[in-house]
Amino acid sequence: MRNPLKPLVEKFGLPRVIIVSFFLFLIAAAGMFHMNLMQLLSDCLRRWGMYGILALAMVPAVQCGIGLNFGISMGIVGGLLGGLIVIQFRVAEMPSLVAVHPLFAMWVAVLLAIVIGVVLATGIGYLYGLLLNRVKGSEMTVTTYVGFSIIAFMNMMWMLLPFTDGELIWPNAGKGLRNTISLAASFSNVMNKTLAFTVAGVTVPTGLLLFFFLMCFLVWLFMRSKTGMAMGAAGANPMFATAAGINVNKMRIIGTVLSTVLAAVGILVYAQGFGFIQLYNGPMMMGFTSVAAVLIGGASPKKARITHVLIGTFLFQGIMALGLPVANQFIPESNLSEVARLIISNGIIIYALSQVKGGSGRE
Amino acid sequence: MEKEKETYVLKMDNIAKEYYGNRVLKGVNLHIRPGEIHALMGENGAGKSTLMNILFGMPVIHTTGGYEGTIEVNGNAVNIDTPLKAMELGIGMVHQEFMLIPGFSVTENIKVGREKSVPNLASRVFGPSMESLDFKAMRKDARKALKTIGLQIEEYVKVAGLPVGYMQFIEIARELDKTGIQILVFDEPTAVLTESEAERLLEAMRVISSQGIAIIFITHRLDEVMAVADSMTILRDGEFVARKEIKDTNVVEIAELMIGRKMEKLVDDAGEDSRSIDESQIAVSLRDYKVNMPGEQVKGIDLDIRKGEIFGIGGLAGQGKLGIPNGIMGLYKAQGQVKINGEVLNLTKLGDALDHKVAFVSEDRRGVGLLLDESIEQNIIFSAMQTNGKFLKKIGWMRLYDGAAGKSHAEEMVKTLDIRCTGIKQPAGALSGGNQQKVCLARALTLEPDILFVSEPTRGIDIGAKKLVLEYLAKLNREQGMTVIIVSSELMELRSVADRIGIISDGKLACILKPDDSDADFGLAMSGAWKGGRKDA
Repeated sequence: MRNPLKPLVEKFGLPRVIIVSFFLFLIAAAGMFHMNLMQLLSDCLRRWGMYGILALAMVPAVQCGIGLNFGISMGIVGGLLGGLIVIQFRVAEMPSLVAVHPLFAMWVAVLLAIVIGVVLATGIGYLYGLLLNRVKGSEMTVTTYVGFSIIAFMNMMWMLLPFTDGELIWPNAGKGLRNTISLAASFSNVMNKTLAFTVAGVTVPTGLLLFFFLMCFLVWLFMRSKTGMAMGAAGANPMFATAAGINVNKMRIIGTVLSTVLAAVGILVYAQGFGFIQLYNGPMMMGFTSVAAVLIGGASPKKARITHVLIGTFLFQGIMALGLPVANQFIPESNLSEVARLIISNGIIIYALSQVKGGSGRE
Repeated sequence: MEKEKETYVLKMDNIAKEYYGNRVLKGVNLHIRPGEIHALMGENGAGKSTLMNILFGMPVIHTTGGYEGTIEVNGNAVNIDTPLKAMELGIGMVHQEFMLIPGFSVTENIKVGREKSVPNLASRVFGPSMESLDFKAMRKDARKALKTIGLQIEEYVKVAGLPVGYMQFIEIARELDKTGIQILVFDEPTAVLTESEAERLLEAMRVISSQGIAIIFITHRLDEVMAVADSMTILRDGEFVARKEIKDTNVVEIAELMIGRKMEKLVDDAGEDSRSIDESQIAVSLRDYKVNMPGEQVKGIDLDIRKGEIFGIGGLAGQGKLGIPNGIMGLYKAQGQVKINGEVLNLTKLGDALDHKVAFVSEDRRGVGLLLDESIEQNIIFSAMQTNGKFLKKIGWMRLYDGAAGKSHAEEMVKTLDIRCTGIKQPAGALSGGNQQKVCLARALTLEPDILFVSEPTRGIDIGAKKLVLEYLAKLNREQGMTVIIVSSELMELRSVADRIGIISDGKLACILKPDDSDADFGLAMSGAWKGGRKDA
């Protein structure tokens, strides 16, 4: 007998079916344990906005043909530097800005950090793109290791860079930057708090979500522009693009730069929501969680859409948000949630990569 | 003939084969006597490869339902269902793409899989797979095989870096080294060789056959056949045409048999021809034009294509005809001078041909021609949007895709070309071959070109769609005065629409023929009898 559900499952994708069921199961379990569902849901929304832009960074990378960009840490360090510079100069505490409104000063700080991050990420992304054009066919392996390498390199730089502010360096006149830097005095939660409201116990971080959606909209607009469409064609079929007179390598660099820039923006949005900047090995696995998120959303190494980002990040982060408290109810004082995170993010990556069909053989 | 009743080392009778309902072989016979060189000839797609796949028991045959007919080796009916069986029966193959391991020495390549070995301590404990190799004996064998074909080379050098011709000889030596080899198949062995190398190969073939080994020689080159073969079998469209002794026939007859009388017109030429083609108005001019396209090398062509004509470019696969448009469009590296309507084209600048109003429909529909996952609409408007900036609207500083304009244009194209689809949002990959071709054509036409290159317009599409595509090309030419250049392996379609047909052989222009020139002329031109220019045969 044929299973009537089979075509449906195939269309939706087995991993998505499992993840959605798991998500629903977690909600049900949370309900059974009489946990505060509303608070958990608020947490889901918060994490959605925080991680969304990092996952969005995958869209231009996949569309331009370099595949899943495990090396978004390249952009992340740009964003981190932007954040550090803003803290160093205490932009959020400038009297002239605070005089207007404290929240305004924080917005100026975070936007300035983003601008600096974008500028740095553009340069890094360009060089990164040049590298990726030389390793066609094995981009995903290369991005993974480049991502790890930049973290290792920056581990040294964080010790050496000439930051002097007391918020940044190790206490008691130590040398080098701290592991975790509090943003309480600069732009902690600036987006989350803006226009936030609470409905039936669910807190909606309006500013954060609006900023996330704005980024999605900008990427969507770009993908409909002449360059964006040329980039999409270059990624989908390089020979086709060449035949239409498009410089495929240039398009790949544009995509890589965009992806890197989005990662820089993404990490700052993440940091402000988290309230801390994490240096050293903090952002090491960011690439993996972002890749896993878009893949859960339905993307593949050949195709990624904004909807994949929206759905994927929500599901993935939803499970993360619900997973820990629920797991703690099952087995108190365990780190089951961390285990689940690893299983889900790495498992989904393996699944997606196993679905990749062999290369086209040309180009 | 010593014996009245001829003995055959190989007899294949009434061989038929179907691939997914498509009959590619329709009752073919192939009879080979011991120690003869037998040429197997036919155009591309005549069924030569399929016949050889059957002879070797290739899995592709048996996974698609096997074959019909009988095969006898030395008078005994055999059933060859695996390549191993063919090897045991003494049938060997010299491949067109060399199957050699570059990092191995000549000896190792010759003996790989059939190594000689001697027992040692480890093998006594762990079994024969641990025996040491007897390099001395193996070298001796290799030397002997190399000597047979007259190749002067040290048997210990590595294969990597050897000239192509040598590799071919090593491949032959490997086959000869197999004991009990009776039949050796050469699949277009001279295609990759230089003239002097080819000469030596033919010499080696004579030596091999004089030792009693029969050779099946697959080639397109008539001169080679006349030079070495004893007899030949000609196939055409999967049908058996004739088996001839070389001494009873001549080049012209063979050429005619290969091309065949199949001049039913593909196109109903209803519209009267009111064009006036001016000899001095040149649309495309090529001078010493070379293209480095793997497998389709163009090696220096001088050609003038007049404005407003339909020019056909024909020739066998691998001779370089496909390289011509691909080089002009910048898909492969090209050299030489190309003038479009008198203006020199910058071959290093990507998209320069498009800027000169040249459009191209690629032979590789799925690889180059289409974005398979994108909609029909996207596929149709894409090139025009990128090249001419059409279907864009300005919002602020941004130029965004104008969905409405694109949609209406795509819908119009779908209607004009009768593209069968569920709607313009259907992915192009889901269409049938013929409809995909129409989408490619629609995209090229959206560019509003002066000159249209169409490469293999009817490959893999059914006869109805074929006719429609060709008629549409003719209509474009008649009504809009577009210069249409059709590159095709199918002579019949070129001869039904083109005004003139250039035949490309071995990367050079063999000659320019009229559609109503004789079959023999076409056959001779395609088979390399007029290399680099027409000589009176």
